[in-house]
Amino acid sequence: MSTSELDRPIWAPEDIKDEELARQEKHLREKHLLLDPRFPPEANRYMLDPMYRTTREFWILFVILGGMVMIFMTTWGIQMYWGLGLTGLNRPVMWALYIVNLVYFIGVGHAGTFISAALRALKIEWRRPISRAAELVTVFALMVAALFPLVHLGRSWKFYWLVPYPNARQLWPSFHSPLMWDMMAIFTYLSGSILFAYLGMLPDLAMIRDHSEGWRHRLYAILSLGWRGTEKEWSNQETALNIFSYVIIPVMFSVHTVVSWDFAMSLQPGWHSSIFGPYFVAGALFSGVGAVIMTLIVLRRFMHLDYFLRAEHFNGMGMFLLLLSLTWDYFYFNDYIVSWYGNEPVEKVFSHILTSGWAAPLWFLMLFCNAILPALTLWSRKVRTTPSALFLVAFFVQIGMYLERYLIVPFTLGFNEFPYSWGVYIPQVPESLITVCSFGLVAFMYVVITRLIPVVPLWEVYEGQVLHGLKRMGRALIKTKAEPD
Amino acid sequence: MEYPNRKWTMVVDLDKCNGCSACVVACHAENNVPIVTEKQVGRGRSIHWIRIERYWEGKYPNIRVRFLPILCQQCKSAPCEPVCPVYASVHSDRENMNLQIYNRCVGTRFCQHNDPYKVRFFNFFDPVFEEPLNQQLNPDVTVRTAGIIEKCTFCLQRIRRAEEQALVEGSSFLQAKVLPACVQTCPTGALVFGDLNVSDSEVARLCGSPRRFRLLEHLGTEPNVYYLKGGETNVNE
Repeated sequence: MSTSELDRPIWAPEDIKDEELARQEKHLREKHLLLDPRFPPEANRYMLDPMYRTTREFWILFVILGGMVMIFMTTWGIQMYWGLGLTGLNRPVMWALYIVNLVYFIGVGHAGTFISAALRALKIEWRRPISRAAELVTVFALMVAALFPLVHLGRSWKFYWLVPYPNARQLWPSFHSPLMWDMMAIFTYLSGSILFAYLGMLPDLAMIRDHSEGWRHRLYAILSLGWRGTEKEWSNQETALNIFSYVIIPVMFSVHTVVSWDFAMSLQPGWHSSIFGPYFVAGALFSGVGAVIMTLIVLRRFMHLDYFLRAEHFNGMGMFLLLLSLTWDYFYFNDYIVSWYGNEPVEKVFSHILTSGWAAPLWFLMLFCNAILPALTLWSRKVRTTPSALFLVAFFVQIGMYLERYLIVPFTLGFNEFPYSWGVYIPQVPESLITVCSFGLVAFMYVVITRLIPVVPLWEVYEGQVLHGLKRMGRALIKTKAEPD
Repeated sequence: MEYPNRKWTMVVDLDKCNGCSACVVACHAENNVPIVTEKQVGRGRSIHWIRIERYWEGKYPNIRVRFLPILCQQCKSAPCEPVCPVYASVHSDRENMNLQIYNRCVGTRFCQHNDPYKVRFFNFFDPVFEEPLNQQLNPDVTVRTAGIIEKCTFCLQRIRRAEEQALVEGSSFLQAKVLPACVQTCPTGALVFGDLNVSDSEVARLCGSPRRFRLLEHLGTEPNVYYLKGGETNVNE
């Protein structure tokens, strides 16, 4: 290799004389982000320009979502003032939409860390531009999920009694209760996810600090914790991120397992099942990956991130979604057939109402959204790489997974050993408003954060671009990857 | 003074219950149980610490009905206790009963759905005692507020009073006569209450009956309410 070849910066295009090879190179560049490096100040601008500008669309969205947040808080306040009687809860069905939302949002929060940490640990390279957007989904979904047990409490203002702190009553919370495990699991995961996301954000924050003025400069000077980009800092960050990736994966698995124990550890027929742990984890990843796909498509569309988010990423995520759909099918079938074969009187009632009773439309819609639709569509590469089609499939997955949780929580709770105490839950206005607006709350936080931090981890992309290159084998160019030493 | 552990027990003779619901009314009066509106009852939010479940069998006109009075079973191994994150649902070894500490409850309602007998009740709103009902509230019993769970206590206040009375009189309080409101009111004597640890008590005698059973025994909750199996009851008779 000549000296001039070593001097060539990675973003400078290679001078290929051969026409066939030049064509191949162009094709590979278009296909793979990691083979398509740009001059860094230019690539930074792709990300920073939409961050610095607040368009009219942004403000419209800001006002709508902000209004939803206000409705959420007001409704919660009214409910606290009058009591939970405003909701549709009744005697057998004491846990309903709020718990469904808790499970749903924790589920959504699962994919972010999984994509970021597990794919990092597995050295899967296409994760690079999507990892931060996914981590942010985790952080905000978990924050809203952690809010729901409080919304659900009969006396929300006493929520701190669930927290272990020295108090005049000389009482610790009871660690026999799955709710305590649940709370501890959520907070471990939330704090872990925030730290993990923040750690990966440092080099980008420092980059913005160096490319901004005024309040932005002062803000990012604080946020970047004095990052200068020395070799020691990079290697420390690499080590820390690797440790985090491995540590947070078991936490992630434990969180939804513990959430499932809120149900599985109880005596309620239909819940008392030992498969709930892995079944909930699979379902959580399924809905979570769907939610990340939807987020990415929206970000790409409104922040013009076409350079960073390409067909290869949606292709990978689509395959992932299909895999998780099949995993969900496996667990659901397992759960269903065991209780069906067991033929317990109450569980017979469940399968009857689900397959041919009033809940049949919900049940079949769930099966269609979760099993049939992904299996029919996601096999096709064309669907996976067409953002609008993939968005639609991911959206139906959300509906299906929400229904699944709905059928697990308020539907199942309506039936117990004594038919005298059976009941049906019908959602009322307050909890419906809070539920709809909780999606607004997640979106609101996400929309605000897109103006504050780069949703694509630029340094990770650049790192990938440095490591990836082309090698010539006869008449063909192939993609290669170097391992940093 | 030493206080021996009690084993408060109720025996429900299903042969004697005619479903008159006097026990329900007595319980409301004794324990300040909120009376919810008709609309709320329709939405499944009635609160009765003891209730008569009616199960119909057969087709009209040959209908048989079974009455099943259900109250908190005061389980020895109560499923509602471990799930409470704030120790509002606790076990008392002294009384061998399951107690609900109202002012500790934050309203997670986990106990309610983990309770297979569905005898724990949530206050959806603050209770309203209209004139003149507010004049007859029992001063010995807390009036509960919105957002908490409540349930049968075997009239703990009456147990306490009887024991204190025995202490004052200097008699053995093991022999003190305790009557929960429902037992006191039951016109047919279907409900019997006493200490199973006292070998010559009425409940000890009835628990020796071959008709004896407990509700949902397969769940291993070990209730302290025993039922005596009833024969056929026909409403046409």
